[in-house]
Amino acid sequence: MLLRDLGIIPAQKSPVTDGGNRPHVNLSRRAFVGGAGLFVIGVTLAGCDIFPEPEIDASAFDLPDAGPSPLTGVKGGDATPMLWIAIDKDGTVKITCHRSEMGQQVWTSMAQIIADELEAEWENVQIVQAEGHERYGDQNTDGSRSVRFNFHRLRVAGAAMRQMLVAAAALYWELPAEKCSAKGGRVSNTENGNTLSYGNLAELAGRLEIPAEEEITLKSRKEWRYINTEMPSFTVPRLVKGEGTFGIDVQRPGMVYAVVARPPQVFGRVASFDDAKARKVPGVLGTVRLPDAKPPALFQPLGGVAVVARDTWAAIEGRRALEVEWASGPNAGYDSEAYAEQLKATAKRSGKLRRARGDAPGALASASKRVVADYYTPHLGQTPMEPPCATAEWTGDTLECWASVQDPQSTRGALAEALGIDKEKITVTPTWLGGAFGRKSKPDFVIEAALIAREVGKPVKLTWTREDDVRHGYYHSVSAQHLEGGLAADGTCTAWLHRTVFPPISSTFDNSVTDPSDGEMGMGASDVPFAVPNLRVESGSAKAHLRIGWLRSVANIYHAFAVQSFAAELAHAAGRDQKDYLLDLIGPARLVDPTAEGAKYGNYGASLEDYPIDTARLRGVIEKAAAMAKWGRKLPKGRGLGIAAHRSFLSYVATVVEVEVSADGALRIPGVWVAVDAGTVINPRHVRAQMEGGTIYGLSNALYGAITAKNGAVVQDNFPSWRLMRMEEAPRAFEVEIIPSDAPPGGVGEPGTPPAAPALANAIFAATGHRLRTLPLIGPDANKLTLPAATSA
Amino acid sequence: MAITLKINGQSQEVDAAPGTPLLWVLRDHLGMTGTKFGCGAAQCGACTVHVDGELTRACVTPHDSLDGAAITTIEGVEGRAADAIRKAWVANDVPQCGYCQSGQIMAAAALLRDNPKPDDAAIDAAMSGNLCRCATYMSIRRAIKEAATTL
Repeated sequence: MLLRDLGIIPAQKSPVTDGGNRPHVNLSRRAFVGGAGLFVIGVTLAGCDIFPEPEIDASAFDLPDAGPSPLTGVKGGDATPMLWIAIDKDGTVKITCHRSEMGQQVWTSMAQIIADELEAEWENVQIVQAEGHERYGDQNTDGSRSVRFNFHRLRVAGAAMRQMLVAAAALYWELPAEKCSAKGGRVSNTENGNTLSYGNLAELAGRLEIPAEEEITLKSRKEWRYINTEMPSFTVPRLVKGEGTFGIDVQRPGMVYAVVARPPQVFGRVASFDDAKARKVPGVLGTVRLPDAKPPALFQPLGGVAVVARDTWAAIEGRRALEVEWASGPNAGYDSEAYAEQLKATAKRSGKLRRARGDAPGALASASKRVVADYYTPHLGQTPMEPPCATAEWTGDTLECWASVQDPQSTRGALAEALGIDKEKITVTPTWLGGAFGRKSKPDFVIEAALIAREVGKPVKLTWTREDDVRHGYYHSVSAQHLEGGLAADGTCTAWLHRTVFPPISSTFDNSVTDPSDGEMGMGASDVPFAVPNLRVESGSAKAHLRIGWLRSVANIYHAFAVQSFAAELAHAAGRDQKDYLLDLIGPARLVDPTAEGAKYGNYGASLEDYPIDTARLRGVIEKAAAMAKWGRKLPKGRGLGIAAHRSFLSYVATVVEVEVSADGALRIPGVWVAVDAGTVINPRHVRAQMEGGTIYGLSNALYGAITAKNGAVVQDNFPSWRLMRMEEAPRAFEVEIIPSDAPPGGVGEPGTPPAAPALANAIFAATGHRLRTLPLIGPDANKLTLPAATSA
Repeated sequence: MAITLKINGQSQEVDAAPGTPLLWVLRDHLGMTGTKFGCGAAQCGACTVHVDGELTRACVTPHDSLDGAAITTIEGVEGRAADAIRKAWVANDVPQCGYCQSGQIMAAAALLRDNPKPDDAAIDAAMSGNLCRCATYMSIRRAIKEAATTL
């Protein structure tokens, strides 16, 4: 019997794991000997000889029922070891990953945490992707929190299993557990050096009591073997051979293929359609009318008409031939260019108070110098390289889905709601995600696949084309930011006013909401860590006309762009160095509590005790990044350095960007330097990759990215009207340093993004004397910066 | 109409509508899903394959134009350059999500095959047609240079 047979882990048989998790059996470690058919496990001891290990017959032990798990409610959720770990007789350690693998290497980092405490051998570890189910606790793979949420409980789970294996060995050897120790996938008898393998002990261990949390001893930091180590990736060796299953790669017997024609405007609908020509396209099997969407947007599909065919190309060709008359709906008047002016006007009027210290308006009025600046940032699309894709199979009673989703649980709930069936009849298994960046938190595309599958009675693979992805997304919100600063005669900042205006994400869930949530305000506006004596943060109202959704680092993008650009503007007005002035704004090392000044601050769901806003750490990354970039060095004409620093998702990042701008505005990025303090780190290589990726994501959006709308419909459709940074445009040099820290783990997937855009704009100012306050800086069509008349240098 | 394609050295009979791009024949008809769909417009490089050794965007190449041609996909690409690229990709953990990496590897393998010691400009020229939203560009450049040292 294997631990997974205890009935807690459902055997996962799906296209996701088939072929990917074949048991790894090292035959050199196994032998069958003796005429009695006795199974023994041989082990090569340091030196040479094969040492036979008798097979343990777990059924020979008369044990009481182990009782319920005492670990269902540890910090972070259920730490019952059998929920996370199954050990096969051959020693294979199967670790269940309940988060979605989307390039952040969560398969590897989750395994590192468990395997370290378990004392498993790395080469024996395999990963099983969990389906969406409440038993795992939170599976919503966004908010840069897979490690933060699970670090403690997965350590507990690993350690509990290790102690059970030790207890099993002690029972077998009739020794006290203190005389046994676990290391490297084996338990040894410290008195005589005999050892038993985990595979041999697993069945007996699985029948023992699970230790309570207070009986569990976690390893000390210096005993860690895998945590804070560059363990190799589970996905990369397969990816380089074209293996692995993304959402778009799922194959089911008898599967058909679909694409959907959707209304150009949100809450538009089909007035009429004629599919006669579409049906004549070779390979087209039929069409399915999808239900119209009604406000609020939620995760529901947008409606329209699906074309089903025997391959994806035929479906796309069929859709081209489909004749649909659209009714435009309530958002048909949306013009993002005109709307930008409204947002900017709102940002200039006083708004709702979100945090106050002292008397900012009074201090601004009496300041020796007053600096005012307005910033504007456009809608953005997440555009993962794999567009949204899902496969659904309807049996007449149950629904099974495989899809690139960030949250299989909310997907399951949304499917139950949309199909009007019980959640228990629905299975959702995440595939590998070909990027996500927040787009795949919204499972509208899975519901489309399920609705079509129910209609056609065959497995259906739904593919969004790139045009679908660019035109029908959940967009990063457009925003206007108004900032005012007051300076004393010596240049010290005495007053800070920040007003932020953007259609909130809450509008997607309740279309009457027009004010930013506390969560959005707490992403770089109401949590500003500056030691200015008079500070005021306000928000304005704005109505959404597109579906608004999360995009990597969310509201931090426009807040950090405005706040960190404006900090550099104040430095310039004071005649001071950007970096020195930023450190002065931040002030001395201390813990900042925005709630003491009236902010409703959620701190990314964590307590300020566990994760304070620590200006010492923010100062630390600034000093480190500046040193890495050799801040203050003499640069040739046309070159400049810019710096920005930001705390988000409980981590601290400072970024220095170097630019070279030619007289005609052509831009190069010779170097980027990033210092990150993310607390305890599981895999430094992952952190560096996320800093590079997150930074370039921010630079790409800042330089080129803009989703605009005319008559309620998105104007852009594919690359390059929606433009991404390419290799030749990427920074030439990129250095990342991780600040060593014993603090609890913060996020790393998103925090690299916010400082990128302001560091870039600050560098362009340093290089050219031009202050750019509107994103994107270049846009989809140009190949250089458009520089306005020079501001005073 | 059924036609025969030579893919990774094997003859494969396919029966897709005339004009169907190679990408969808590979993925939907033959179940070879290593070659990815990214844009359908030859703008992102995710679908890159080799046709008679030449880099080709499978998403805009009609399969019925490839009669008699030798098609190589990520599942079958081999040789010193491809092996060196794969090794360097693993050693450097180049992929993040990995979705674009089939195309990146096909492009990088062709680059090293034709130019075993590419400089930065050559890497830019060869790789700028392949988008990566995870932005693994820094790692790709490092890995190509590392692979070049082994050739």
